[in-house]
Amino acid sequence: MTVSRYTVCLILMLTISLTGCAAIRDSTRAEVPPRHSINEFRDQRFAEVADPWEGFNRSMYRFNYYFDKYLLLPVVNSYEFVAPVFVQERISGFYNNLGEVRNLTNSLFQLKGMESVTTLGRFVTNSTLGLGGLFDPATSFGLERHNQDFGKTLGYWGADSGPYLVLPVFGPSSLRDTGGLVVDSGIRYGILAAIDPFGSTGNSLAINSGINTMEVVDARHQQSFRYYESGYPFEYYMVRFFNHQKREIESGKPLPEKSDKAAILSPP
Amino acid sequence: MKYLRLLFIACLILSPLSALAADDGYGYPIQGSNEATILGTPATLIPKFPAAISTRQLVLDVIPDRQKPPIFFYDEGLRCTFAYQDKKAPLIFLIAGAGGSDRAPKLLTMMKAFYQAGYHVITLPSPSHSNFIISASQSRVPGDLTEDAADLYRAMEAAWKRVAGDIDVSSFDLCGYSLGATQAAFVAKLDEDRQLFNFRKVLMINPSVSLYGSVTRIEELLKQIPGGAKKQGVFFNKMLSKFSQFYRYGNFVSINDEFLYAIYTEGLYSHDETAGLIGLTFRINLAGMIFSSDVMTNRGYVVPKNRILRPTDSIFDYFLVSSHLSFFDYFNEYLYPYFQERRPGLTKQDFIESLSLRSIEGYLKSSAKFGVMTNENDFILTQSELNYLRQVFGERAKIYPRGGHLGNLEYQENIAYMVNFFK
Repeated sequence: MTVSRYTVCLILMLTISLTGCAAIRDSTRAEVPPRHSINEFRDQRFAEVADPWEGFNRSMYRFNYYFDKYLLLPVVNSYEFVAPVFVQERISGFYNNLGEVRNLTNSLFQLKGMESVTTLGRFVTNSTLGLGGLFDPATSFGLERHNQDFGKTLGYWGADSGPYLVLPVFGPSSLRDTGGLVVDSGIRYGILAAIDPFGSTGNSLAINSGINTMEVVDARHQQSFRYYESGYPFEYYMVRFFNHQKREIESGKPLPEKSDKAAILSPP
Repeated sequence: MKYLRLLFIACLILSPLSALAADDGYGYPIQGSNEATILGTPATLIPKFPAAISTRQLVLDVIPDRQKPPIFFYDEGLRCTFAYQDKKAPLIFLIAGAGGSDRAPKLLTMMKAFYQAGYHVITLPSPSHSNFIISASQSRVPGDLTEDAADLYRAMEAAWKRVAGDIDVSSFDLCGYSLGATQAAFVAKLDEDRQLFNFRKVLMINPSVSLYGSVTRIEELLKQIPGGAKKQGVFFNKMLSKFSQFYRYGNFVSINDEFLYAIYTEGLYSHDETAGLIGLTFRINLAGMIFSSDVMTNRGYVVPKNRILRPTDSIFDYFLVSSHLSFFDYFNEYLYPYFQERRPGLTKQDFIESLSLRSIEGYLKSSAKFGVMTNENDFILTQSELNYLRQVFGERAKIYPRGGHLGNLEYQENIAYMVNFFK
């Protein structure tokens, strides 16, 4: 994993330096103002998200497109071709079950009692009856999955999302959620180091790297989003808006006390 | 949450049942036209399709040496999705509706249905979709039915050439929905001259009779919002805040189907607000078309003439500007002037009339290959246009009592009708 991270950094720096070169304008003809411009509209701006680093983010968005295209998706496609659907589902189940640890720590951080119990119940059930997460009997018992992470925990306790940020490989995020990702990874490696499940094998490093690599492949396999697939020229903004809103809404800041549910519903 | 979903489905299935006795035996559950258009078909009422389908995406170089500006660096050619049988079978082309790509969800459902029925399938993006404008439109200005049909025909020819060596084809069929349905009629007409495919049958699903008329009615949906379409930003922000407040009250697990259904079962949005949301979706779609066309033609409509946009340049203000333009703005200031320059003497009325099925009525009446499937409450048709379809196509016009615009396209009975039509 460390090796692959260095590679990513290297490609990253390369991309940034290349975009720098490409930014030199080669337009020689004089620009003429367009027929319609933003100044003629007296309306609120909409679907907008704070994005002071848009130039960087758009480069990164493009980098991810190429990273997917030339590296990750070919690997994912071969995996999907080789592994039977049954095996793919078991592997996804395994990683989703590991993710319950993150869900649990964060629902605890948010002091959500019922949710923590549910998540713990899911983890215990699926780890035992579900054979280490390969199967998901917990859902059929009515224990629903609650996705949590430290970014949401920060949001829950009132931290603002901060500027939009597109991360290499991980994709759309925000300053706050990037911090959250670092904390979640830290906790995870802390736990892993403490229990060191493969310590006795003598190949702990190799096994852990294998598990981590497979996790990246499985995560991309579970995610159907493809950069630029919509062909819509404003796709970057749609992705930015939906990602930001989904995080904002799901991190669930408490509502002002005065508001009343009836007030938001339309009269029939 | 499971209960909520069950409750919702129960409501959907039970409520029309009482009406069914006096009704027509049609099981599509959503009564309102706007609601059906937004909600589509509940997942349980969509037929099940095989999980494994042999498909691949075709990326076609339809117009050789097409110059593409750097902002569209990701566009490598016209994208079509191709599903193939390993035996001799008919090949059906499917054309997406306004703004739809070759992988639009409704188009993919149709692809699976036809694949299951034993067809080779090729899906095509709508000529109003950016990918088509950039890679397959000769004029780069979408909206003229005759030219768009010629572009589609060229694209089909290229797609067919690409796959002809790999599959065994017995005959050709054609089907499209919404704008794609109207275009299918013009494509079929062109084929009578070119004789390349000799389409056996052509089905138009929720077609528009007059493009100008249909778009007028979609634009009217936006008039319902306070302040009209020029205040769509205010409307959008208000709808968004209702959406997020509703979520926080509801103890939902995440923004998923259940949550979206709950919005409608609990009536979060009024009828007018739902109409406004449909209109706004149309505008956001249209914005992509206007922007792409303007960049490709360098006509200086929303982007300064001669500006070369780079992949990392911010284009958000162009989004805001383009989405505030109505179809009428596009028509009067961009589309009509473009064709007027090329066809001297073309009046606006002539042009509007040419964008209609009525302009090829003689052909449509003379050919037995056509069929229509649409709904009584599809808001893109007036009552007289609906009668016109009945009169032109007679028994080959299947008109369902409800479903709005495309809401029931994926409903099992409609899918069955669609597939059987080509038998």
